[in-house]
Amino acid sequence: MTRESASVSAGDVAAYLNAQERKSMLRFLTCGSVDDGKSTLIGRLLYDTKLIFEDQLEALESDSRKHGTAGENIDFALLVDGLEAEREQGITIDVAYRFFATEKRKFIVADTPGHEEYTRNMATGASTADLAVVLVDSRQGILRQTRRHSFIASLLGIRHIVLAVNKIDLIAYDQATFDDIVANYMVFAKDLGFDTIVPVPISARFGDNITTRSENMLWYKGPTLLEHLETVSIETYALSRPLRFPVQYVSRPNLNFRGFAGQVASGRIAVGEEVMVAKSQQVSRVKEIVTRGGKLTEAVEGQAVTIVLEDQVEVSRGNMLVSLLDRPSVADQLQAHVIWFDVNPLIPGRSYILRTETDSVNCSVTALKYEIDVNTFAQEAVKSLSMNGVGVCNISLQSPIAFDPYKQNRATGNFIIIDRYTNATLGAGMIDFALRRAENVHWQTLEVDKKARALLKHQKPAVLWFTGLSGSGKSTIANSLEKQLHASGKHTYMLDGDNIRHGLNRDLGFTPEDRVENIRRVAEVAKLMADAGLIVLVSLISPFRSERRLARDMMDDGELVEIFVDTPIEECEKRDPKGLYRKAKIGQIANFTGISSPYEPPENPEIHLPTIGHDPQELAGRIFDFLKRRGEN
Amino acid sequence: MHLSHLDRLEAEAIHIFREVAANFSNPVMLYSIGKDSSVMLHLALKAFYPAKPPFPFLHIDTTWKFKEMIAFRDQIAKDLSFDLLLHVNPDGIAENINPFRHGSNYHTHVMKTLGLRQALDKYRFDAAFGGARRDEEKSRAKERIFSFRTAKHTWDPKNQRPEMWRTYNTRVNNGETIRVFPLSNWTELDIWQYILKESIPIVPLYFAKERPVVERDGMLIMVDDDRMELEAGETVAKRLVRFRTLGCYPLTGAVESDADTMEKILAEMLTARTSERQGRMIDKDEAGSMEKKKREGYF
Repeated sequence: MTRESASVSAGDVAAYLNAQERKSMLRFLTCGSVDDGKSTLIGRLLYDTKLIFEDQLEALESDSRKHGTAGENIDFALLVDGLEAEREQGITIDVAYRFFATEKRKFIVADTPGHEEYTRNMATGASTADLAVVLVDSRQGILRQTRRHSFIASLLGIRHIVLAVNKIDLIAYDQATFDDIVANYMVFAKDLGFDTIVPVPISARFGDNITTRSENMLWYKGPTLLEHLETVSIETYALSRPLRFPVQYVSRPNLNFRGFAGQVASGRIAVGEEVMVAKSQQVSRVKEIVTRGGKLTEAVEGQAVTIVLEDQVEVSRGNMLVSLLDRPSVADQLQAHVIWFDVNPLIPGRSYILRTETDSVNCSVTALKYEIDVNTFAQEAVKSLSMNGVGVCNISLQSPIAFDPYKQNRATGNFIIIDRYTNATLGAGMIDFALRRAENVHWQTLEVDKKARALLKHQKPAVLWFTGLSGSGKSTIANSLEKQLHASGKHTYMLDGDNIRHGLNRDLGFTPEDRVENIRRVAEVAKLMADAGLIVLVSLISPFRSERRLARDMMDDGELVEIFVDTPIEECEKRDPKGLYRKAKIGQIANFTGISSPYEPPENPEIHLPTIGHDPQELAGRIFDFLKRRGEN
Repeated sequence: MHLSHLDRLEAEAIHIFREVAANFSNPVMLYSIGKDSSVMLHLALKAFYPAKPPFPFLHIDTTWKFKEMIAFRDQIAKDLSFDLLLHVNPDGIAENINPFRHGSNYHTHVMKTLGLRQALDKYRFDAAFGGARRDEEKSRAKERIFSFRTAKHTWDPKNQRPEMWRTYNTRVNNGETIRVFPLSNWTELDIWQYILKESIPIVPLYFAKERPVVERDGMLIMVDDDRMELEAGETVAKRLVRFRTLGCYPLTGAVESDADTMEKILAEMLTARTSERQGRMIDKDEAGSMEKKKREGYF
């Protein structure tokens, strides 16, 4: 075994090291459907950037003969498909990390699986990536997995997409097909919130437009894949963000030293400046920033340091040192997007461990608001979240944690969910916001409870929720029903949307946000009244499924009866009892449901009342009968 | 201020060390004396400064390491006055395991894999740091930073815990352990650059020097003691060699080189055409050999 003597001089090394010091790092992942050529692409990048050593190439050639799927050619995928099982099956099972560097950047690549059952690995790779290369087979176009993976990339906060239209050699380098695929992708990706989407036509197998411009596609004027990866700007607005310093470890080597070790999650921290302890809101000043290499005057996002404060404030692992001016949320209730990894589904009410970067608390999901269909991006009502599902939940924690919305800070806005018994990682979450709901307040246990109150009234409390377009007949039917109930000795109360807007909700308008708040408040009031033992009639347009679901989630099981007063919009316009449709049509009322704001009809209402050809009293009678049957059950 | 890729790798590793110290009751660092261990040790010192690393260091001695490695180990332990635990598999001693006679596979299994399991069981460690890097070998590329092992020390590559962000699942039940790899995202070149940048002491065997070697099965094996018996036709020759990777001397091939300084080693790295593990017999035994060893509990 011989080797050439080094042909690089010491001076070259110094220059090289200097360049290394300035080199930035880009973490990206490759994803797409099975057989789109992800592993081949990475193998090609390693090969073209000369990261494959001779001995590895030899092994590759022998492996290609044994397991390869590229005929006479070298099968680059074998370079990265490392586990025995995958080599035999010719697919990528687990996320693999690969490394290469050019003059400008060092790259860490996560090669993630295409199969749906390995979505969790895709999410794993995406969680640390700044950019995603989404591969599409030019013969297949956009597939289910393409959409799914783009959605997950977006969900995990990736801002930059490269749409790599691969195997372009197999469609004779056809520009029209490429343009079609790009147009299709742009249509569904437009709502995913990416900062950049750069389409590149490539052949991973033959190297077209990977590191060098392809002679076969003179029509393509954009950058090669590597040119783009080398130059795409991922420098965040980081330093202008507020300070977040999650405390990992309290260092107490002796009585005279007490330091808080951690990695700056965002912003900067400087000696002499004031910081706040997130959970206690105590304020102190930074005395020292300690590292083994010497004391620093400041530390910025990404640096791992040890902070000494001027005062003896109580800080332990899980707490954060933060900016006084812009603080994180500290709450024990939050809403989050959750992606589920485990074969056993997420069940609301079950107790789990929620782990942030440095904090860990018991938690349970109080409401699974909806699941997002990752192919159509539609919201669907579900009772549990199964493996690879993505849902939006309300989560209640045993004690408060400090956090930010994930969209503002990936480091302080994420968590994982852990099984309390097996310790398996069951899911991961991206926090939307803190919830400050009445349930947060710990209830005094009352001796006279809901059941006792209802018993005295000889009735089963209920919330009868009338939803439908303006003018559909909700209030008319509800009024009629209330009269019938009253006549039979029931204790009732009517919450009418219009009336409540004159009082409790007079500060709210008709924007989607205000509509949500309007409904939340009415639902809270209805909940109290049901707790008092009443039968509550709620008459509200309540156009959005999610808020009707929110109302349902607040009540006891089966307590809320959703009644869909189903009158076609043409009929409502004809009736127009308050003259509102006329005004809305000429633009005098903004956000009018059915005209300039959507109405989402219920999917599974307990009672569905098409009104045309029926008299309100008869319709009210149907609800009355429903309640009677239900009361006897 | 802009953090270079080495700054980022350093910060990531420090963060990992602290996560382990904060979450496990009885961690240990596997210290194998090589350059990766030297870098790990350096990072551990940084992670806890001004305190000392709050865990002991463990060397699984196969009794076949280079003499210079052992001398270096003892010197470092003395200089830094850290808590160094040594373990040798007594069954291997009783059986008189010899890599020349028993082959690399069996030797490694008994002296390293089983030796490590014994030590973990003996001291009841719940977390063990290792210096493995994802760029070393294909099955390593899929390894987690926090890699879960059952109470029987087995690794199930198909059932690894998803590892998101830098939010690690550090929970284990009684008897279960976690292998932790703070250098996961480092490459061989990163390691050398960092050693140079931070002036980290390493075993002199990494530097070129005239050493007595025998050419066997295409590898240059250094005659480190008289346990190496020459086969017919073999001769010991003094050649200018160095080692890119260190392990048991009968299983570690030298490379011819005149790189006797860090700068020269780096220059050589930049023009290298073979990967460092080429000098290791252990990977060549059979296809997928590393994955198999890892499933059995090899680091």
